[in-house]
Parts: sequence; C-alpha cells; structure tokens
Amino acid sequence: MIPELGHFVLALAFALACIQAILPMAGAIRGHDTWVALAKPAARVQFVLVVAAFLILVHAFVSNDFSVAYVAHNSNTALPTIYRISAVWGAHEGSLLLWILILSGWTLAVTIFDKQLPRDFAALVISVMGFISMGFLSFLLFTSNPFDRLLPAAANGGDLNPLLQDPGLIIHPPILYIGYVGSSVAFGFAIAALIQGRITTQAERWIRPWAICTWIFLTIGIALGSWWAYYELGWGGWWFWDPVENASFMPWLLGTALIHSLAVTEKRGAFKNWTVLLALATFALSLLGTFLVRSGVLTSVHAFATDPGRGIFILMLLATFIGGSLILYAWRGPSTFAGGTYKPVSREIFLLLNSALLAVATATVLLGTLYPLILDALGLGKISVGPPYFNMVFSAVMLPLIAVMGVGQFARWKSDSLGRLSRQLKYTVTAAVGIAILAMVMLGGHKTISAGVGIGFGAWIMLTTGLGIRERCRNRQRPWFTLLHLPRAFVGQCIAHVGFAFTVIGVVITSFYTVDVHQRLAPGESASVAAYDFHFIGLQTFEGPNYQATEGTFEIRRDGTLIATLRPQKRLYLVRNMPMTEAGISPGFTRDLYVALGEPLEDGAWSVRMHFKPFIRWIWLGAMLMAFGGFLAVFDPRLRSPAMTRRNALVTTSATG
Amino acid sequence: MTPKRKKRAVIVASILVGMGLATALILTAFEKNLMYFYSPSEVAAGEAPTERKFRVGGLVVDGSVKRVPDSLAVEFDITDTAHEMTVTYTGILPDLFREGQGIVAHGRSRPDGVFDASEILAKHDENYMPPEVASALAAAQAQ
Repeated sequence: MIPELGHFVLALAFALACIQAILPMAGAIRGHDTWVALAKPAARVQFVLVVAAFLILVHAFVSNDFSVAYVAHNSNTALPTIYRISAVWGAHEGSLLLWILILSGWTLAVTIFDKQLPRDFAALVISVMGFISMGFLSFLLFTSNPFDRLLPAAANGGDLNPLLQDPGLIIHPPILYIGYVGSSVAFGFAIAALIQGRITTQAERWIRPWAICTWIFLTIGIALGSWWAYYELGWGGWWFWDPVENASFMPWLLGTALIHSLAVTEKRGAFKNWTVLLALATFALSLLGTFLVRSGVLTSVHAFATDPGRGIFILMLLATFIGGSLILYAWRGPSTFAGGTYKPVSREIFLLLNSALLAVATATVLLGTLYPLILDALGLGKISVGPPYFNMVFSAVMLPLIAVMGVGQFARWKSDSLGRLSRQLKYTVTAAVGIAILAMVMLGGHKTISAGVGIGFGAWIMLTTGLGIRERCRNRQRPWFTLLHLPRAFVGQCIAHVGFAFTVIGVVITSFYTVDVHQRLAPGESASVAAYDFHFIGLQTFEGPNYQATEGTFEIRRDGTLIATLRPQKRLYLVRNMPMTEAGISPGFTRDLYVALGEPLEDGAWSVRMHFKPFIRWIWLGAMLMAFGGFLAVFDPRLRSPAMTRRNALVTTSATG
Repeated sequence: MTPKRKKRAVIVASILVGMGLATALILTAFEKNLMYFYSPSEVAAGEAPTERKFRVGGLVVDGSVKRVPDSLAVEFDITDTAHEMTVTYTGILPDLFREGQGIVAHGRSRPDGVFDASEILAKHDENYMPPEVASALAAAQAQ
C-alpha cells in the first residue's frame, strides 16, 4: 500500500510542478499578480511532496520490500543498512528521484533567499525551475517509476552493485547531483533575464553566490569521484577520461568560466551576453551529463533497445531545454544586453580570454565524448577515443589558460598597459622559469622537460597570486592592517587559485613520475618499487557481512626501515558472485604507496599491482582548496547583502565628499 | 585603409589563423587517437588494420585461458560464435575476467594473426555485456 502512496504523491508533485511552471510565467508576462504569487507556495508544497516520495522509497529499501521491483533489483537483506539507504540512488529510477528531490530543494532555497530580486523576476526563475521539474517528473512517472510492483514479490533482492558498496559512494552521487542541479538556478536566472530583456545589478549580484555554490559542489563531487576511482577500482588511476567522468567535468569547466564571467558582469557591467550564454550552456551540459550517466546510453545500448520510450523521452527533454533556450537566446540575447566599456588591455579582456579558453577545453572534451556515441547511433561504426587525445589537447589548452590567468589576476580593471604589466611581471616570469629549471634538474628522468614546464606553470599561478595580494596592500597607509582585512571574496579567490596550482602540480608529478610494478609474488617474496621494498608476508581469509575476503599482508620498507603495513583485499560478493579489489594504500603528503591483489596464480602466488604515486594527494588537496575558496566567496557579506553594500557605498561617498 | 582599420584587420586575421591552427591540431590529435572496433569475424576476413591500434571483443572461450608459468603473461581465445581469435596479454587481468565473459581488448595485430593486447576491459557488472560484443554476437548469429 505504501509504495502506491509514493506513486500517488509523485503524481501530485507533478501537478504542482505544472502550476509552478505555467501560471507564474504567464502571470509575469501578462501582469496577473495573483498568478505570480502562486510561484512560491507551489514550489514549497512540491518540495514537501517530493521529500515524502523519497522517504517512502527509502522506507521500502530499509524494510526490504522486495515487492517493489526497483528495491528487488538493487538491494538485499544481507546488505548493511547504510548501503540499503545509498542503494536508493544506486540505479536509474532512484537517482532520477534524487535529482528531482535536489531540484526542489534548490527551488525551495530560491523561494527563501529571493529578497534582493524584483518579484516578477523571482517568479520567472521559480517558474523555469518548475518546467525542469515537470520534465523530470513526467519522465519518472511515465518511463521509470521507482514504485513499480514486482509480482510475485522476490524472496530476496539482487543486491547493490558491490562497486557501489563503499563509503565514498554514499556521498559522491548526492554531492555531484547538488552541483549538476544547482546550475538550474543560473539557468532560470538566464531565461528570466532573456524574457524580461534586461538584467538588473541586483539580479547580477544575487546570482553570483548561487553559481559559486553550484561550482563548489561540482568541485567536491568530481574530486570525490576521482578519489573513489583511485582506491576502489584497484588500478591506481585517478582520472580515465571516461565518458562518465567527462560528463561531470564539462559542466565544471563551463561553471568555472561562468563564475569568472559573472564577476565581470557584476563589477563592470560587461559581457552580459556571454554570461547568459554560459549559464545556459552549463545547465545544458549538466542535463546531458545526467542522461549520459544514468539513462543507460553509455553502459549499454540494450537499455535503449528494450525501452525505446525512455530514449526518445530523454532526447525530447534535451531538445526542448537546450533548443528552446538557445532559440530564446538567439531571439532576445544580442539586442538586449549591451554595456561596459573597457580597453583591449584590461582585466576584463584577460577574464574573457580565459572563459573562452575554458569553453574551447569543454568543446574538445565534448567532441571526444559525444562523437563515438553519435557515430554508433547512426550505425557508422564503433569507435573509442583514447586518453592520449584528451591529455594532449587538454594540456595544450591549459598552458595558455594558466599563462593568462597569472596576468589576469594582476591586471587592472577597465584599462591597463602592457608596459606596466611587463615591468611588474618580469621578475615573476623569471622566478617561474627558474623554478621550472630547478625542477628539471632535481627530478631528472626522461620526461623532465614536460614535468618542469608543468611545475613552472603551477609556480607561476602561486607567484602571481602572491603578487596580487602585495599589490592590494601596497600604497596603503597600514599595509598589514589591509592584509588582515582583505575582503573575504578576494581571499577566497586567492585560495582557490593556489588550490588550482596544487592540482596542476599534483597532476604533472603524478603523471610523469608514477612507478607501476605488476609482478607475480608468492608469500615471502619481495619486489622493489622506486626506493621502496614491498614484502609479501602472507594471506588470510575472513567473512564480511555479504562477502568473503582474502586479505594479503605487505610490509613496506625503505632502506630497511618499516614504513607501513598494508592489507589489500580481494572480496567476493556472494549475491552477484562478483569479485572486488580493495587496495591497500599508505597515504602521504608527497607520495602514496599502493598495493592491490590481482588474481591467484599457481603455487599460492598472486599477481600483485604495486604503485609509487608521488604528489597524488595534491590533486584532491587542490580541489578542496578550490572548494574552500569558493565557500569563502559565497559568505562574503558584500556579495550576500546589497543593503550592506549600499551602506558601505554611502559611507565611502560621505567620507570622500 | 586607415591605420586603425588596418590594425583591426591584422588582429582579426591573426585570431582566425590561430583558431584555424588550433582546430587543425585538435582534429589531428583526435584522428590519431581514434580506435575502431572489429569483431573476430571481421578480423578473420582481414578487415582490421595492421599498422594502427584497434579494439576487438568477444566471449572468452571456455578452457582456452593459458598462463605462462612464473610470469604474468596469459593467452586466451575470444569468439563471436562464428570465428575465434587468439589474444595475448601480459599484466593483471580485470576482476571480472572469466571464461564465458564478454571482454574488450585494445592492442595490435601481430603478423602471425595473434592479437597483442595492451589493455583488457571487462566491465564491473556480471550481467553486463560490452555493447560492441553484444552487437558482434548478434551479427555473427544473423549470418
């Protein structure tokens, strides 16, 4: 009975989404105030209903209700409770419901924090989000109902994919989804601006924290995914240019371009068109990402074949949102937003250059991700695009981007001169080149030049960030006071940029100096990996809640000193009869040591995978710094409350006047 | 042309040239790294390239997996039910590599017809069949 209630609640939520989508928009355009006033209550009630539906599905999982088909396919009585809850979003239907839950959560937040917006504008944003909700709820109800019954009920469930039974995967999907779905706020903002034909300064200031929040969640979500792949897939890789990863990376790239372009739009009134286009494209890629990952297009062509309805529905939804918004943009965009004057050498131009480079990077990833799918769909052959393509093209775009980024965070708004910039930056350039050469000398090896260049570029970001801070404090009466009272958004920017430098350096060193050893080892034997000695002590077996494990013990020594004892496991998950590798990792600031069991060979020996991974933690540490920097920027009081800014502005005018 | 216009034309032209070059580089890199998929039947018919890397896929034939003692070298046959071919690989096989399982291999064809794999993929789901393998099997059965 309860699952039917869930289905009914979802249908009600769909009805409310229709009200939330259609009436406020019609009201805002035609001037019916009562219709406009419906936006908020409709969104709030819809949120309550979606939460109820979600909780009902959670209840079905926790209480092992195997008469619900979705539960029967993705859970099992032996599954620990925490994984029964995360199994809710372990497959297509439930993850769509989670998507809708998060969308209505973001909408609820918009209904609460909209004080700075004109009422009609806020209603339009909420209405656009209602349209998105309508699309997804109808997709869920008509093609992917999570409450469908299985008759007769299964005696026990098919279990959650063991790969997903991991603490990292409890939080990774929700956080990534919060990031994906958050871009719908900026999308609603862009559409509302296009419909109204103008953007007010308040609206520009209002959207920035939302765009940054979205970006923070995407950053954390992607970093978590990369970290999970590193320790759970057992290959020691942290990024594979897999379509699923690219799907989350593309909105991140464009989201990065968006928050930078927004800074220009808000501060200088320029690039309004470009900002609006970026907001539309970021959401479009988030939608594409959701569908690539969850629709089954990627994992199996069969999902499409057995349920063509689903595939067609997806394509129609994508076409409606992407096509519709682009048509609206082509119609209303170019004529509406002009403004902002700047010279060819100014911070505006450097920021524009960088967001253009980010867009190019996105386009290259999109080409490599979609082209094989399109060829396949057209029946023109089955191809795949290898990681070398992405590595080569992506680093080719990143180098100019980093070069420009250094100049950009130092250049002045509105107008600057190449003479001043080159005078100020020549020592920094020399220092960065010096660091690159020093790195080449110290590191050695056959990849020296590329690694040195990469490290030099990382150093360039850090040095120019420092220079930017000095520039802010110099020529002030009390430089130390200024340093300690820098605006939070500026501090956040600096931390995020330094974080990016950490990631760049981590990526470069890990890529060029990882040592991989794949070797046959019997208990008692050792292998040497870089400067370390991996000694295979022995094996033991034990039983987990829903798996059997074989655990190896490895002692790792350097020059005879014991560094770590690692216990990698090979698990066999019994329900699906599926083996899994749990790597043993000794983490460190400058290096990770990594052991994974391959497979048993003759005479008690195993194939063993051993890695020395220098600076790999810097990749995720950098991502965390980027997220933290964004966090500081969101909580900059100047961004959040326009009233306060106005008061500050008054104080300044009265002080100077 | 006035000097100002001339300057502007130079800027526009250099941007266009730069973009053209970038596009050409990207597309070259793209073309170089494309890997086509061939089924064992297509390989048997001589359709697969000899110079560049490509992908093959099929079911691992029961009883065909042979290991070389004291090393990580392994040799096995894959089939699309119409034709079989031999694959060699040195390294650690994925968790889900089993006889009867659908797998995809990246690598090159050796002159003796054996496929020298540099990477073996078996996806993390026991019901999962790589789509290429599924359609190769369907094509072989249709004949």
